[in-house]
Amino acid sequence: MTAILELEGVAAAYGAARVLHSVDLKVEQGGITALLGANGAGKTTTLRAICNLIVRRSGTIRFDGRPLEGMPTEDIVRLGIAHVPDGRGTFVGLTVEENLRLGAYTRRDRGEVAADFERVYGYFPRLRERGEQQAGTLSGGEQQMLAIARALMLRPRLLLLDEPSFGLAPMIVQDIFRILRTINRQEQVSVLLVEQNARMALALADHAYMLETGAIALEGPADAIGNNESVRRVYLGY
Amino acid sequence: MQALLHQIFSGLANGGIYASIALALVMIYRSTHHVNFAQGEMAMFSTYIAWTLIQVGFPYWMAFALTLVFAFVSGVLIERIVVRPVEDKPILVVVIVFIGLLVIVNSIAGWLFDYTPKTFPSPFPDRPWYGSRYISAHELGMIVVTLCMLALIFTFFRFTPLGLAMRAAAQNPISSRLVGIRVGWMLAFGWGLAGVIGAVAGMMTAPIVYLDPNMMAGILLYGFAGALMGGIENPVGAAVGGFLVGVLENVAGAYVVGTELKLSVALAIIIAVLVVKPSGLFGKRLVTRV
Repeated sequence: MTAILELEGVAAAYGAARVLHSVDLKVEQGGITALLGANGAGKTTTLRAICNLIVRRSGTIRFDGRPLEGMPTEDIVRLGIAHVPDGRGTFVGLTVEENLRLGAYTRRDRGEVAADFERVYGYFPRLRERGEQQAGTLSGGEQQMLAIARALMLRPRLLLLDEPSFGLAPMIVQDIFRILRTINRQEQVSVLLVEQNARMALALADHAYMLETGAIALEGPADAIGNNESVRRVYLGY
Repeated sequence: MQALLHQIFSGLANGGIYASIALALVMIYRSTHHVNFAQGEMAMFSTYIAWTLIQVGFPYWMAFALTLVFAFVSGVLIERIVVRPVEDKPILVVVIVFIGLLVIVNSIAGWLFDYTPKTFPSPFPDRPWYGSRYISAHELGMIVVTLCMLALIFTFFRFTPLGLAMRAAAQNPISSRLVGIRVGWMLAFGWGLAGVIGAVAGMMTAPIVYLDPNMMAGILLYGFAGALMGGIENPVGAAVGGFLVGVLENVAGAYVVGTELKLSVALAIIIAVLVVKPSGLFGKRLVTRV
């Protein structure tokens, strides 16, 4: 297995406030890697550091062996990294269809984009029904689906997901995770999943990392992490 | 009755100018929440460029087109060089930069072209079209040019990928960057477009008010009143607001307050809107579920 994304000694700060100290992490090609941790551990910051968004970062980040140092977010996206941000990042004043069109903004292959609309609507039929609706009027679950669909419109090789379960009813979370599994298999897209819902994330992922106060505390195959005594006590509650 | 109709039509003609300036203001306000006080002066300066080109012998519409190119490029450059460095600074800093820009552009125009008013040609015939008694050919031409421009701008934002990207960048810069939109350039394009709209307004106004460095001072105020009246976040509302202000100002000037106090109509409108309906007549509250 080769790693599509590698982080080595990555640190990140907001102004003077340092959040990540030294993170080492790998996302395997075609796999689903979960990044778990408590509130404020630095999960979201790790994703932002990968995309060079908002934070000031240092250390080595390689995508497909290629270093991302000094590259602006807009160019990192063009390499095929789609980031579904925390809070879903919906363009609330635009229609659902416009949101999806923006996902394909960097692409020039128009025919393929049209086909991808169909593909994405296949995963999320609800979005087709709501195509002309203002995206801000969608429910939370629908907005999360829209955010994932928008990311897929890039035809990404790596999908970064920031808490897709946040604030959603358990039924909807299960739906979304089921679709994520399908997407991962059908599209050969690698996934880095940030979650607080450790149980769901470990069920989906192949490999997992535990982040504690800005550094990786534990890593391993997802089932091994799930069986780890202290992880079970602290994060899974049994 | 005839006199009233005449006032309304010429109000609509002026309103087209105010609508254009209002639209230019809204375009910049929507993306950065800055009110560009120098919008009028940029328009005036572009009009001087048109005048110079016509003086050296370019045909009118050629000069018109070249001026639009100049207005676009200078708008982009001002954003990149002057506005960008203060973008995230406190609002007072931004306001002072804009006022500085206003004074500087005004002074450069006075220095290069002096302060004596100049006549500026109208591209439209002297005789009224279709023998209309209510409206001169230039006034009708102004309205047509403004409406065409509004339609073009609307089409651009509604139907082109670049227009969509500009709307996205104005709404949600972070998500925009995450789909690969170069947000900084979108803001600069916005300034360029605002410059173009202002330049059209300047070239349409100059034949009526004569070309001099202070010609846009009052017009900026009317434009601002129009933008507020329609809703400072809403381009269509701002355009409609501009036309409304034009008609109100003209009719009130003719029948209520007299010509000398016309400008105070604009101020009265600004205050009334801010007190009664700060989001403007067409300002819609964005509905969001979380």
